[in-house]
Amino acid sequence: MNFDATEEQRLLAASIARFVERDYAFERRRTIVASPEGMSGDVWRAMADLGLAALLLPADCGGFGGGAVDAIAVMEAIGEALVVEPWLAVAVAGQLVARGGDERQRQRLLPGVADGTRRLAFAHAEADARHDPACVATRAVAGEGGAFVLTGDKRAVPAADAVDTLIVSARTSGDAGSAEGIGLFLVERGAPGVSTRALRMLDGTRAADVALDGVRVSADAVLGAPGGALPLIEDVLDFATALVCAEAVGAIRSANDATLDYLKTRRQFGVPIGAFQALQHRMVDLAIELEQAKSMASLACAAVDGERHRRRRARVVSGAKVRIADACRRVSQESIQLHGGIGMSDELKVSHTFRRLTAIAQQFGDADHHLARFAALGL
Amino acid sequence: MNLDYSADERAFRDDVRGWLRDHLPRALRDKVVSYAHLTRDDLLAWHRVLAAQGWIAPAWPAEWGGTDWNVVQRYIFEEECGYAGAPPLVPFGLTMCAAVLLKFGTDAQKARFLPRIYRGDDFWCQGYSEPNSGSDLASLRTSAVRRGDRYVVNGQKIWTTMAHMADWIFCLVRTDASLERKQDGISFLLIDMRTPGITVRPLILMDGGHEVNEVFFDDVEVPVDQRVFDEGKGWTVAKYLLGHERMNTARIGTSKRELEHLKAFAAAQRKDGRPLTDDPRFRDKLSRLEIELMALEITNLRFLDRLRGGASPGADVSMLKIKGTEIQQMLTELMLDAAGPLAQAVASVDGAPLADETLAALAPRYCNMRKTTIYAGSNEIQRNIIAKQALGLG
Repeated sequence: MNFDATEEQRLLAASIARFVERDYAFERRRTIVASPEGMSGDVWRAMADLGLAALLLPADCGGFGGGAVDAIAVMEAIGEALVVEPWLAVAVAGQLVARGGDERQRQRLLPGVADGTRRLAFAHAEADARHDPACVATRAVAGEGGAFVLTGDKRAVPAADAVDTLIVSARTSGDAGSAEGIGLFLVERGAPGVSTRALRMLDGTRAADVALDGVRVSADAVLGAPGGALPLIEDVLDFATALVCAEAVGAIRSANDATLDYLKTRRQFGVPIGAFQALQHRMVDLAIELEQAKSMASLACAAVDGERHRRRRARVVSGAKVRIADACRRVSQESIQLHGGIGMSDELKVSHTFRRLTAIAQQFGDADHHLARFAALGL
Repeated sequence: MNLDYSADERAFRDDVRGWLRDHLPRALRDKVVSYAHLTRDDLLAWHRVLAAQGWIAPAWPAEWGGTDWNVVQRYIFEEECGYAGAPPLVPFGLTMCAAVLLKFGTDAQKARFLPRIYRGDDFWCQGYSEPNSGSDLASLRTSAVRRGDRYVVNGQKIWTTMAHMADWIFCLVRTDASLERKQDGISFLLIDMRTPGITVRPLILMDGGHEVNEVFFDDVEVPVDQRVFDEGKGWTVAKYLLGHERMNTARIGTSKRELEHLKAFAAAQRKDGRPLTDDPRFRDKLSRLEIELMALEITNLRFLDRLRGGASPGADVSMLKIKGTEIQQMLTELMLDAAGPLAQAVASVDGAPLADETLAALAPRYCNMRKTTIYAGSNEIQRNIIAKQALGLG
């Protein structure tokens, strides 16, 4: 049992911390969010130069072969600084290719992802899916020579307009909700039949609704077994969930730091408002939320890296996401309340942290979804 | 980062676990897991088994019988004992009075008291709270007036756990009431409970049990050599004790055992013809409780990791007490809810045993465990400590 970071993890943590402090101050973020693209190519390249794009990819594809634990410091820094560049979205899609792709697909796509010149996104969510990963209604109709024709609507795909290639989940058989019959298909974003509507999300990130209207993909664009992709999707979503838990820890820390600072500086009735016990105890509870969230994020990241037993792994991840989602809601709401009116203001970073925490609470499944899953995976 | 125990730590845990399997008397374990009342003889019986093995006081220096285990081993030992269903070790002598003697006691005091504590010859209690001094402990008024080589003690202590079983009591008393700061003029005395002038009166709690008392001191004479540390410096001793050994307050092992019991118990109850654990309302409460405990176990290990690195645990270690006791209470609350209305029958009128004594123990247990967020520095006091010392508020 030890909680020490390895030398590599320490160096990476130090360099990402330096990067966000120097190059991702809150005003810079504000400019990026307001820009037409909603992200910065310069920032993306700088992150790639730090090795972040390669971090989680396998060594034989130009990556560093890192796991979720190696990415904890990165995710916490992204959470603290509210980085809007789609690092997690691209990392998730990269995992689908790394784990599910054949050798040619991996070598075609991943070296570019690793050096930051190619971006991927996972187009999965649909209107009626809520948080059920098996709820895929988009159709993949088999054509000649292993080709498929895709038709359907994907909703709020993270970073969809900022990537080169979409990984689209679509159904080769069965009805939405059934575990069998889901496949993954590589679709170039500019391919005929693909249209997008760009979306501005609550947390300042970008996404897009993606309409697929008779999109033709050839046999070499099928990722893994057509019809049997659900276990892969679930594993990668668990991996992503563990990572977003670590991001939440950074965002919670940032909210708590801002709130504590405010309690010490804001004066009313002739004293700092932090002198009032009613507020002190609430601040203490927020500090406890941070530690409990940090513990569960660590547990989830360690589980997706090291727990071979699939059911146990999934159960730990769901447990973590329940605790993180609860902490996200409590900390975000209390941070605004303890700031008072100024906390509502767009000018303050804490109101943006509130928005990101609100999003994280639902991302990859909300507390209710994961509570049900946690129990279903073995009481 | 590796959240699993190392091979050495696992081997140690397996040793402890194996030893407990062989040496924890079945009858004692059954009493503990069924929430039965433990007598002084029960508590001392287990104390002596551990003392014979040399494991009764792991944290003491080796010269007084300590085991030289590191903080992780000590934690593993405590958690395994809790998980196995061993009776709790009464802390007043072993962890509290002993810690004070080891830090502040004279050689003569150590030689006089420590071996007896180790062997279980003396049963100790703690004379801290008074009727008007609870969380505001430093306002205490029990007085000790020096007369020659003795103090004459007058006053009253309250909520004194196990005073009715105790041979000795350690007390905070006021030796000088003329000082401006209430923390000044307090002294730390060790008092033989058989001294004339001491009266113990039971306080029966809402669970019907007798574990706390009022203790009255009426011209009780205490030899000066039973004062620990300087006269008037008792608050230094008290503060040291408050900060001491706060690592085992989360009681993870005990709560894990009780959670397993709760799950099995709830699964055996029926609601609308199905196991209670299928009811989403109950199930969600149970799941959230388990998740909180999972998180607290890791949080506890992270504090332990800090200690092992040589750092002090820090004031925020109080969160282990806050969260640990909230979990302990929720376990008893869900047991009560799982049992349903039948748990309201707590005893037979004629005193004959009920068909299911464990069921009858659940409601009193729920009542009794309300104490955990109040004792040992209420959870509000713990929040004050974190706010002031860890967060810098105040």
